[in-house]
Amino acid sequence: MSNYETFEYDVLVIGAGGAGLRAVIGAIEKGCKVGVVTKSLLGKAHTVMAEGGAAAALANYDTEDGWKVHFRDTMRGGKFLNNWRTVEIFAKEAPERILELERYGAVFDRTPEGLISQRAFGGHKYRRLAHVGDRTGLELIRTLQDKAVSLGFDCHMETTLTRLLTQGGRVVGAFGYRRVDGQLVVFKAKAIVLATGGFGRMYKFTSNSWESTGDGVVMAYDAGAELQDMEMVQFHPTGMIWPPGMRGILVTEGVRGDGGVLKNGKGERFMFNHVPEFFRAETADNPDEAARWVDDKRNNRRPPELLPRDVVARAIYKEVQEGRGSEHGGAYLDISHKGADYIRKKLPSMYDQFLHLGDVDITKEPMEVYPTIHYAMGGVAAEPDTCATSLPGLYAAGEVAAGLHGANRLGGNSLTDILVFGRRAGEAAGDYANANSHGSVVNEQIEEELDVLMRPLSGGDGVSPYEIQTELQETMQKCAMIARTEESLNEALQTVRELQSKLDDIRVPGDTRFNPGWNAARDARFMLTSSEVLIRSALERKESRGGHWRLDFPNEDPYWAKHNIIAKFENGSVKLEPRPVPTIPPELEEILKD
Amino acid sequence: MSTVTLRVFRGDSTSSEFRDYKVETAPGMVVLDAIHSIQKNQDPSLACRWNCKAAKCGSCSGEVNGKPKLLCKARIDELPQDQPIVVTPIKTFPVIKDLVTDVSWNYEVAKQIEPLRLADEGSTEPLRMQQIDVDRIQEFRKCIECFLCQDVCHVLRDGQRKDIFFGPRHMVRFASLEMHPLDTADRRPFLKEHAGIGTCNITKCCTEVCPEHIHITDNAIIPLKERVADLFFDPIAKLFRRR
Amino acid sequence: MATTAPKSAESVRTLRTDAWWVQPLLTVLVLTGFIAYATYRTFENNFFLAELTWVNGAWQKSQMYLDGKVGHLLSPFYSPLFLVDWRVMGYYISPAILILPFPLSFRLTCYYYRKAYYRSFFGSPPACAVKGTTKKSYRGEQVFPFVIQNLHRYAFYAAFAFIFILSYDVILSMKYIDGWGISLGTLVLLLNVVLLAGYTFGCHSFRHLIGGKVNCYSCSLANKTKYGLWRKATFLNDRHALFAWTSLFGVAFADLYVRMVCSGVFADPVFVKF
Repeated sequence: MSNYETFEYDVLVIGAGGAGLRAVIGAIEKGCKVGVVTKSLLGKAHTVMAEGGAAAALANYDTEDGWKVHFRDTMRGGKFLNNWRTVEIFAKEAPERILELERYGAVFDRTPEGLISQRAFGGHKYRRLAHVGDRTGLELIRTLQDKAVSLGFDCHMETTLTRLLTQGGRVVGAFGYRRVDGQLVVFKAKAIVLATGGFGRMYKFTSNSWESTGDGVVMAYDAGAELQDMEMVQFHPTGMIWPPGMRGILVTEGVRGDGGVLKNGKGERFMFNHVPEFFRAETADNPDEAARWVDDKRNNRRPPELLPRDVVARAIYKEVQEGRGSEHGGAYLDISHKGADYIRKKLPSMYDQFLHLGDVDITKEPMEVYPTIHYAMGGVAAEPDTCATSLPGLYAAGEVAAGLHGANRLGGNSLTDILVFGRRAGEAAGDYANANSHGSVVNEQIEEELDVLMRPLSGGDGVSPYEIQTELQETMQKCAMIARTEESLNEALQTVRELQSKLDDIRVPGDTRFNPGWNAARDARFMLTSSEVLIRSALERKESRGGHWRLDFPNEDPYWAKHNIIAKFENGSVKLEPRPVPTIPPELEEILKD
Repeated sequence: MSTVTLRVFRGDSTSSEFRDYKVETAPGMVVLDAIHSIQKNQDPSLACRWNCKAAKCGSCSGEVNGKPKLLCKARIDELPQDQPIVVTPIKTFPVIKDLVTDVSWNYEVAKQIEPLRLADEGSTEPLRMQQIDVDRIQEFRKCIECFLCQDVCHVLRDGQRKDIFFGPRHMVRFASLEMHPLDTADRRPFLKEHAGIGTCNITKCCTEVCPEHIHITDNAIIPLKERVADLFFDPIAKLFRRR
Repeated sequence: MATTAPKSAESVRTLRTDAWWVQPLLTVLVLTGFIAYATYRTFENNFFLAELTWVNGAWQKSQMYLDGKVGHLLSPFYSPLFLVDWRVMGYYISPAILILPFPLSFRLTCYYYRKAYYRSFFGSPPACAVKGTTKKSYRGEQVFPFVIQNLHRYAFYAAFAFIFILSYDVILSMKYIDGWGISLGTLVLLLNVVLLAGYTFGCHSFRHLIGGKVNCYSCSLANKTKYGLWRKATFLNDRHALFAWTSLFGVAFADLYVRMVCSGVFADPVFVKF
């Protein structure tokens, strides 16, 4: 049966989003032969969805800005659960990476001086986001794609990897199938960079595509790597809720950055009532000041709509819970007061998206929004300097990695994250590949995975993978979304366990050739495992912090303030371990006091 | 709840048929939603590409009632309801299965295009460019590589002349590089001799189908044709240049 | 649930269900109509200048001109005015033949008209996503004859000159035997010039030459000026199809107007005389 194609690379990059492609460039520059595997076509990854911009303290508008302020903002936004060293590297290298991108061919919007224009965003003290209208992610991925293509690498498109192959405690390759023809493939690699993105598909309201089923996180976990802060997922406060077909799709934070305001069903601008003590001093306390801020950021404090995402998401949730929701159970986001010309110029694709798909002319009427799952702060634990995971030879960068964003990610930090750590992961993997030779692939691992893969095609009646997916999504949405309790999380866990017991009974028609049903069958396993780890981590963290909000533990807890939750696969089950957050050196702690 | 019938192309390049599916409609529903509903409730083996479902990634290109479209942008309530909605794969490229086609040719072609060449290669200084200098190329960089322009281009679609023409998508890429204020390369000879700009007869279907509303013909291809004419088809200008 | 329906997509010309053939058909009808009219008028060799009339094989001042009822009203088909006396086998050769090649070549090589006639006359393609005449042997504008389209800018230079010639005609139309005046004919010629100018200055070649070829607009004062001109040309270029059609109708209408005045169908209403 084991009839598979084999490919051999120095460095194998799994995932062709921004982090993966930047890793490709890094590894090629180390002289490596690089192969990339992506579940979609090249250039279609989730990175294209990023709209607002890439945060870097270029200080092109606000000369007071610098890496230290960016460091401070990121740590504060992440509720100090971030790895300080990761954030330090990030804040320091961000400007370099953005400028480098421009030399690769990215064309950002300009300042009057001809430099990169920067946009204000939630949680960032100064105007910091390099952007291209509202399609910055597209600019990033296309630039990296073109650059990597010009350097030369092998791209295995529409190929899904389902298992990392290990030998003697290090990764030696990966196994999976080509979606197009169902051909089984084995990749031998000296080092592997994991850049597979997040796992938000487990929720019903999600801005994530079919790809975000948690393959990367779970493959690493299955192979023995440590996961970190898996309970920390971000709910973007403004996802579309109407019409139903568009549910979950994002409304960029740029709408609020450019003057959009949130109102409840009664027409009240409720965000003024939800400003936490921590941010009170730097937030406007009346609509006039907030309105002035859009044009004069120096002399006014920012509107409460631009508080960190977790705060805004919770506020919308509370308004709806307390009976002040909009027509379809969300909040109104209104920018129509800024005028049609302004809106069409600043937010062209938002305007287009709502007009054509939502029948809403945002220059005239408000949008209806509700929090939607957006981003995973948690993921594979990675070393700050090299992105090395706990599994030798395996590196992780981008959304799949944990450590940079702590308990909550600031908008604009993910696009820079993929550049800074994509490069570092690629270079470190290159170094590792140059210092090591190929391991040998263990056949039993492939046979084992093959058995799992092929079972749904073994004929007869069984469970539909979509049924499992739907039930999981309903449960996660209900029990493990924005507001969590021990009871709801236990309910979710029980459902997950039940669904896991049905996995072997999944049956799908057709063969292995481009068969979404068959693909979904394997994805269901990834989704269930990542959900289980998420729920168990969420049960463990008995406090509220950032994206993790426990109704039964509504306050921050001093113990958990200093601990990450590490999850590891041991003896067939999830083993959790609170691990102290690395101690921040005094000179950096100084910065945080500002 | 009302229903609508989708007549979907099933099969591959060797054998194929149309199959009808009844789907329940919902407000604001797009064709991609209907395809997902079929996958979920009727036939999980129906193959279709998609990613973002927000017209940002360009994965779900297909043809709806014969018109090239992103399936995620094709509103069902804007189509005639009294007849089946015909959904087919894009026609220019070989069908792999159902609505999925082999677009790999586009990626091979992209490899041949000379990338950005800056005068001060190797420097790390910030670039200086004014907004008025980048407005033009920012339009081209909106391209989401859905390849609908490649699909509708008659040179590629009817003539199957992939051997002599790179297609509109890549003309847009050329334009974004040639008009870059700091680029130093000259791609005009390549455009004429290899990329086949002369095969384009500017019939503008690429512009009509572009979901990003890029003025492919007027802003990219024709200006490139004029630049090629500067070099190859303007004897008087040539005379002046030699002196 | 799943039923088999029509055969594969391959066998049909298009799956479009809308009336895609209307536009090419209209284009054929209108262009053919114009060509027929223009050909007739070119060879008619009469009724093009209100000042003169053809009597017994020679040009004379017309009575309405001598009466001060019309000015030097000239049809755009015959502008600039050549009064030649060429005969081939007894037939008079129209001076319009000398003029016609210039505007004709401008329109024939125009990027907009190319789209219109490649679609409607050549069916390459007849409409988007409709199978037409494009075959495996297709070479488009890479080879003769269509490679000539690349010389469009030269046709533009001529068209550019015609804007001045026709503007001069507007002024001449105000010149009467006994002074100056403004008539409806003047306004018709003026409208023609305005539409032609809108068409000519929206030309893709012009847009390229005036500033489109520049890559860095902010780099010098000259380039900044070119940017301004390029923006204006772009404004017109966005409406190139509109001006292509209206100016086509405009020129035909101006000629028809002059012809009717000359042939005495009606008198050219004079608004002011001074």
